[in-house]
Amino acid sequence: MPELLQIEHIRKTFPGVVALDDVSFSVAAGEIHTLLGENGAGKSTLMNVLTGLYHPDSGKMRLDGRDVHFTSPRDSLARGIGMVHQHFMLVPAHSAFENILLALDKVPLVFSSGEYRKKIQRLIDTFEIDLDLDTEVWKLSIGAQQWIELIKLLLRNCRLLILDEPTAVLTPQETERLFKVLRLLQQQGKSIVFISHKMREVVEISDRVTVLKKGRSISTLERGNFDREILAGLMIGEDKIPHWQKNLQMSEKIVLDIRNLSVRNDRGLADLDQVCLQLKEGEILGIAGIAGNGQKALAEALTGLKPVTRGKIFAGDVDITHSSARSSYISGIAHIPEDRKSIGIAPDLDVADNLIMKSYQNPLFRRGFFQNRGAIRRNAEDKVSRFAIKTGPDGSPVRYLSGGNIQKVIIARELSEKPRVLVALYPTRGLDIGSAEYIHKIIVEGAGHGMSTILIAEDLDELLKLSDRIAVMFRGRVIGYADPRRTTREEIGLMMSGEKQDQAS
Amino acid sequence: MVEILLDATVRAGTPILFATLGAILNERAGIINLGIEGLMLIGALAGFAGTFYSGSVFIGVLCAFVAAFVAGSIHAFITVPLRGNQIVSGLALTMFGIGVTALFGRGMVGETIVGLERIALPGLSLLPVIGRPLFEQDILIYTSFILVFLIWFFLYRTRVGLNLRTVGENPAAADTCGISVSLYRFLAVTSGAGLVGVGGAYLSLAMTPMWIENMSAGRGWIAVALVIFSGWSSHRAMFGAYLFGGITAMQLRFQAIGTDISTHILQMLPYIFTILLLVFSTIRLQKGASQQPQGLGLPYDREDRK
Amino acid sequence: MKLVIERRDTSSALVRFLAPVASIAVALAFAGFLLLAAGINPLEAYREILIEAVGSIYGISETLVKATPLILAGLGVSLAFRMQIWNIGAEGQIYIGAMGATWVALFSGLENHWVLMITMFSAAFICGGLWAGIAGFLRARWNVNEVIVTLMMNYIAILLINFLVYGPWRDPQSFNFPLTAQFADAARFANFFDTRLHSGFFLALALALFLYLFMERTVWGYQIKVIGSNAQAARYAGMRTGYAVFWVLFLSGAIAGVAGFSEVAGLQYRLQHGISPGYGYTAIIIAWLARRSAIGVVIVSLLMGILLVGGDSLQMLWQLPIAFVYAFQGLILFFLLGSDFFIQYRLKLIRGIRYG
Repeated sequence: MPELLQIEHIRKTFPGVVALDDVSFSVAAGEIHTLLGENGAGKSTLMNVLTGLYHPDSGKMRLDGRDVHFTSPRDSLARGIGMVHQHFMLVPAHSAFENILLALDKVPLVFSSGEYRKKIQRLIDTFEIDLDLDTEVWKLSIGAQQWIELIKLLLRNCRLLILDEPTAVLTPQETERLFKVLRLLQQQGKSIVFISHKMREVVEISDRVTVLKKGRSISTLERGNFDREILAGLMIGEDKIPHWQKNLQMSEKIVLDIRNLSVRNDRGLADLDQVCLQLKEGEILGIAGIAGNGQKALAEALTGLKPVTRGKIFAGDVDITHSSARSSYISGIAHIPEDRKSIGIAPDLDVADNLIMKSYQNPLFRRGFFQNRGAIRRNAEDKVSRFAIKTGPDGSPVRYLSGGNIQKVIIARELSEKPRVLVALYPTRGLDIGSAEYIHKIIVEGAGHGMSTILIAEDLDELLKLSDRIAVMFRGRVIGYADPRRTTREEIGLMMSGEKQDQAS
Repeated sequence: MVEILLDATVRAGTPILFATLGAILNERAGIINLGIEGLMLIGALAGFAGTFYSGSVFIGVLCAFVAAFVAGSIHAFITVPLRGNQIVSGLALTMFGIGVTALFGRGMVGETIVGLERIALPGLSLLPVIGRPLFEQDILIYTSFILVFLIWFFLYRTRVGLNLRTVGENPAAADTCGISVSLYRFLAVTSGAGLVGVGGAYLSLAMTPMWIENMSAGRGWIAVALVIFSGWSSHRAMFGAYLFGGITAMQLRFQAIGTDISTHILQMLPYIFTILLLVFSTIRLQKGASQQPQGLGLPYDREDRK
Repeated sequence: MKLVIERRDTSSALVRFLAPVASIAVALAFAGFLLLAAGINPLEAYREILIEAVGSIYGISETLVKATPLILAGLGVSLAFRMQIWNIGAEGQIYIGAMGATWVALFSGLENHWVLMITMFSAAFICGGLWAGIAGFLRARWNVNEVIVTLMMNYIAILLINFLVYGPWRDPQSFNFPLTAQFADAARFANFFDTRLHSGFFLALALALFLYLFMERTVWGYQIKVIGSNAQAARYAGMRTGYAVFWVLFLSGAIAGVAGFSEVAGLQYRLQHGISPGYGYTAIIIAWLARRSAIGVVIVSLLMGILLVGGDSLQMLWQLPIAFVYAFQGLILFFLLGSDFFIQYRLKLIRGIRYG
């Protein structure tokens, strides 16, 4: 098969992070080529480079054997490359019809709805898609929204379709229908880049698979040369996991007891569905799962940021089901939030001020109306040296710090009141290895002093290394537990994709 | 009596209507424009001066559009490619407009022109009650009727209008569809500004055919509030503008009849009413009755990573 | 080739300091062209401004007199800015503050100088605060846009003052001029150095110091800073943001109200139309230029004071409308916003599409 698109030695960095490092791969005409990799392996960044949304720092792209540089998605679309993003690029306030129309070339200035509507309706009928064109997008299901995205590309006659984890949001039946459509398209000679980490699907649909790991393309396999085990091994890696040496004599005291916890999201769907978890004193409980399976809702419910729909949370004997962020902090639950810049820090304030954000009312830091600047400064000096935070010149705003140092500021603050429970959401995401190591050390040390941690992470290595126990979440439920000293990454990986349940659970 | 009041309502509402329509175009593209007041003044002076020197009201209106278009391009330049703070830039535009018109309007104070004339539409103008208020008006009022429809048609029935709404709702999505966010935003701001300028010209060409320093007297700000009331749609803007026209007409009527209420207190009515209307529309907005463009006030930066 | 904009990771302190200075310089140059277009020699005009405003002891004292209400109103606006609240209503708050002080001076029956001063101050403070507090309440309760509300309140405030001075508060001996009666000596500020410089200036400096301490040393100031920097993080840390919105707008209006007190007690000795020729609007520029700092407000106010004194004399010399100063202020803001871009981003050339 002739190669349609070739990507060679692409490198892309963001401030402080190397997202892609020497990545190469190619797509042939009429091929379904899967990009496989864990979260954060660089799949989405690579696709954004491919469509011209990001500019690569170095590397080459060739389309039909000719060098191309895309400066915007418009360029790539014009050359027949279209992408269905994981976060749909739809306008919620527009109707499905308007959204589709937007993507079309050569719609006359004044469009007659009828003609285009017929054209789109024909397509919908051909593929037996369930979609009402006049409904505003925000009222549609995620699955229906994805159909809109696909229809858009089909109407633009794209030669290469990139689908970023399209099945993550689909029911098995919808997935089947999608695969049927993809095969149909393949027969028409279209190429498809399929991104996923569900092994079963990848094996079922792919002609070739390229595995990405930590921003590098490590291997490309032809159909017949891969199966689930081989792919899982490649994706997750075979190097030894250095499990942290910990005190195995754990107390049996339960510090956090979560009983049948359910949380509904804005659309009334269950983010958390009857989750039961028990956290022991000094324990590090890892939560594994593909992003979007309820981990964030769990953290927010525990820290009082999201209201609980049903169920109870007990900290020791105290019912904290309905307490606010502040009172859960006071009652000893610290939180390292996922989105550190949007809720973790006040970016214009300096390190000292950020460190007391939750304890500014503590008598230690105030004298009546006045702040005790001396105590605040000493607190900062102490934390900065203890947590090895690299600050700028005195009083410079924290937004100028690196991601790792911002994370250290948050952790120093959260741990300063000696919490009994730490809920850490992706605490090392986007950090360099040194900072990540350091944060691991702090969490393990905390456990030594009796602090219990719920560690939500996407990097399996991290979970396996730190956790005493790993709970796997899938579709808002805890579907099983794994013992990090005995389990394999493959086993957890299969549980994460909902294909294997732990018999014990 | 009702006829006179309705007539005054339409005439007082028209400048606000033009300004609101212009502001809606701005905000539909995602750009807040607090410079409406300044743009109205620029339009009022340019319209008056253009008419004064050329003797043609048509050229006057054209001057108003062009002058406001150019002034609006300052705001567009700062907020679109330079991604500056939209609120501050708009305030600066208002101040700039007040100052520049005061400076260049010195020579125009006390001059007179022949303002816009009423044109009776045959037949329709003879209708009882609504005949004169709606169909025996000047050309700009007829234009505003057409414009309300045209803007609706443009936004909901044309390709460019759909693109514009997309830019205001979700610039990232527009970008992936190959729509130039910068170009749309820039042109929406400038042409919206031009319309605001025509609204200003209505003040100096039709309502009181002369130039008075600071003659917009807060109408630009009322227009900004009306945008929220209108839910960013042109026909509701018309309703809102005439509501204000009605209040102004009533207030003038009260003053003319002579009541015990001080004129100063009566003059407060439109402003108090604006606040009440704003509160009312904001509460409605929160109940989800209408939605502001989701990208409103946010500069678009493609490589912005959280 | 294509021009691409990239965000800078950091920017140097020098650039951040130079940007406003350069903006003022470029705005001066640009305003020169406007003056030229209006038939006035800009160099002569600028020379005139400098001579009038800082060329003599009297000029300097006049600059300080003009700077007084600007400092106060600027402090008020800047306080709200710290929390990302736009108080565009300082103009109205000045008038309402003046109204409160005037009521005490004329109708309270108090006679002791210090008692009067303190009561007038409090009345202006509370009146200005409540006036702005309306917008604060609406914003906190229903998230009503405070820009429009505070601005509408300006028009209402000025009409209210007109109502009073044309109506119930008009001095019967004023030959039908719209003025209140003059204040008694006990209700007036002391003057200094045989000039119009009055205690209000020192009150303004004291309030600047007070606000500096308030922001940098108190728990409330700390909360305002956190909320202003990241409201979501503040709520996460348990701060009551709605409550803070009301009180910050109250305080912001209160301080602007004190400017009204200072004008009637130090300069006009009565309430009349036009006691503030737009100080409240200039205050917005001052607050933005001063970038959150109370000290900055004082410095920028002095600069603007020069401009206003000079503008007055241009008005007398060439019948240049005083509103021209607004055009100049608008220009400064435009250029400042423009310069912000170059602090945050840099431009880079990259290769565009090329086929085979």
